Amino acid sequence: MSQQHGPVTAAVMTGTMPDMPDHDGPLQHHFDDMAQQNESSALGMWLFLLTELMFFGGVMTAYAVYRYLFNAAFAEGASHLDVRLGTTNTIILIFSSLTMALAVRAAQMDKRKLLVGLLIATMLFGGAFLVIKGIEYAHKWEAGHVPGAYFHYEGPLANHVHLFFSFYFTMTGIHALHMVLGIGWMAWLVLRSARGDFGVGYYAPIEMTGLYWHFVDIVWIFLFPLLYLFGAGAAAGH
Amino acid sequence: MSHDAHAADSPHIVPLSVYLTIFALLMVFTVLTVWVALIDLGPYGWLHTPLALLIASVKATLVVLWFMHVKYGSRLVWVFVVAGLAWLALLVGITVGDYVGRTWEPDPHAWQASADGADFRQLG
Repeated sequence: MSQQHGPVTAAVMTGTMPDMPDHDGPLQHHFDDMAQQNESSALGMWLFLLTELMFFGGVMTAYAVYRYLFNAAFAEGASHLDVRLGTTNTIILIFSSLTMALAVRAAQMDKRKLLVGLLIATMLFGGAFLVIKGIEYAHKWEAGHVPGAYFHYEGPLANHVHLFFSFYFTMTGIHALHMVLGIGWMAWLVLRSARGDFGVGYYAPIEMTGLYWHFVDIVWIFLFPLLYLFGAGAAAGH
Repeated sequence: MSHDAHAADSPHIVPLSVYLTIFALLMVFTVLTVWVALIDLGPYGWLHTPLALLIASVKATLVVLWFMHVKYGSRLVWVFVVAGLAWLALLVGITVGDYVGRTWEPDPHAWQASADGADFRQLG
């Protein structure tokens, strides 16, 4: 990060050519204009998100196969999840997606204070999600549902309930890891927003972080029914 | 294409009401999916998972098109998104299709009939 402040690299990073005015700041020298630069950013981010799609898609496909093979055990395992906490977290994530979308809008309209506030709100919603996730994990630990040496479960389906909880912790774990990274990313954006790096002409980092955050929300939109709601009927008594 | 260039030049600022509408729809579909999961569908209990995935897909589409701005994106962005979904469909479709198909009972009569009907040695 520190080389950003060197005079030579600063000229390269801002695209400042000797015969060009300084206010072209954010335009990198290898792009014709901001429109081309912004589309390149969006395409690059989407390409990254497609690799993420295949990453989460691979785990979800494996889950689909084993749930098909051991349906009763997976339904029994899912019935131990707390639908209320899962629903609460789903709602919290939708709030965080709204504040993220509005943060991009605030950046587009050059409203710096609003941008900083909305980014912090998104981080707080994300943090609340992780706290609830932590509470759930603690409950699972106390109940002996954490896979591995300390897994404890009575019943004829114990082996494959164990498998279900392996999927549960893998899927929610990598999702939570993505949220931790997103929140860290946003902390950096809050600092940059506060010092006035973004505005009408340049807000690509905010928009790209938004794409990432919404993607992580979409992953949860699928994890919630696949894990929590699957056992909801059984838990409700039918 | 001039439309694309213009849209990128002066960023498309989505009205606040659009974001709030999408937010409200996401909330409605969240309540709907929990409600559907809790009701007893009787002999149609197997519909729980398809319905839950359908609602999740609708929610994801809302997020992709409006929150992620794909609705206002260039054609190349659309190509990227559709290509990603196509690859995911291959991954899920072929893998799950394989495992589901493995339990299907083979029909020896159909196999025999088709073998009787075509003598490949004579065709050659």
